Amino acid sequence: MRLKCPLCGERDRREFYYVGDAIALDRPTPDAGDVAWDDYIHNRDNLAGVTRDLWYHESGCSAWLVVTRNTVTHEVLSTALASDVKRGAAK
Amino acid sequence: MAELIAKTPAEGLLPVTAGTMTLTEILPACVTSVAPFKGQEKAASAALKAACGMTMPGPNRATGKDGARAVWMGQGQVFVLGPDAPADLSQYAALTDQSDGWVVMRLHGTGAEDVLARLAPIDLRATVFKRGHTARTTLLHMMMSVTRSGANSFDIMVMRSFAVTAVHDLTIAMKSVAARE
Ligand SMILES: [Zn+2]
Repeated sequence: MRLKCPLCGERDRREFYYVGDAIALDRPTPDAGDVAWDDYIHNRDNLAGVTRDLWYHESGCSAWLVVTRNTVTHEVLSTALASDVKRGAAK
Repeated sequence: MAELIAKTPAEGLLPVTAGTMTLTEILPACVTSVAPFKGQEKAASAALKAACGMTMPGPNRATGKDGARAVWMGQGQVFVLGPDAPADLSQYAALTDQSDGWVVMRLHGTGAEDVLARLAPIDLRATVFKRGHTARTTLLHMMMSVTRSGANSFDIMVMRSFAVTAVHDLTIAMKSVAARE
């Protein structure tokens, strides 16, 4: 598998570390309530299909990426810098 | 008081020769990490130019020349290798002294590309990876910085604690390539 780092270009999977669901970028506010925090911390869909995850370009530029890919077909649909996603510059 | 003896990162390991290729240690007096503050990238670049003669390189690029070089090292981070730390930049960027923390090596000679083709998972051929291009990638399982410094030479940096392994892996690859000539 190869991932296209927005900074470094297309790179082998071994340069990356898989982190988990990109929901980590959408932290609820402190007073969001138990249900929102329960969802944020514990509940994942674990679906077969399109997922949106955080990957870390560990042996590359050290950037955090948001990778949208299909776990059934292994197709990588899009990659973006997590810093851009946080600032609203990318989806 | 103990009498401490300063050792270079590749002390006793380099130089290595295989065929017409050489691997030598480069010893920048100072290695400084420069991480511009938010919105200060242009000001930091101008200050670096005034202090050291080269601008801040963008992603995958290096600026300057032998003796004073700035190498892109990742998102928002550049290493300046030179005689002095660029202190004038401190109002525009976070500066961290990295001197002695990295081993800097030059792989030179015909076949250098073939050596790195055995060790790194990216295309470093001259048609793609030109002089002044740099990359963060791996040297086998180690993270490295590799910069093309000439038609047949690459400057390679890995963390100092990896020096023995890096020299070992490069030496094996150099000998393997030389043996095929
Ligand atoms: Zn990258």
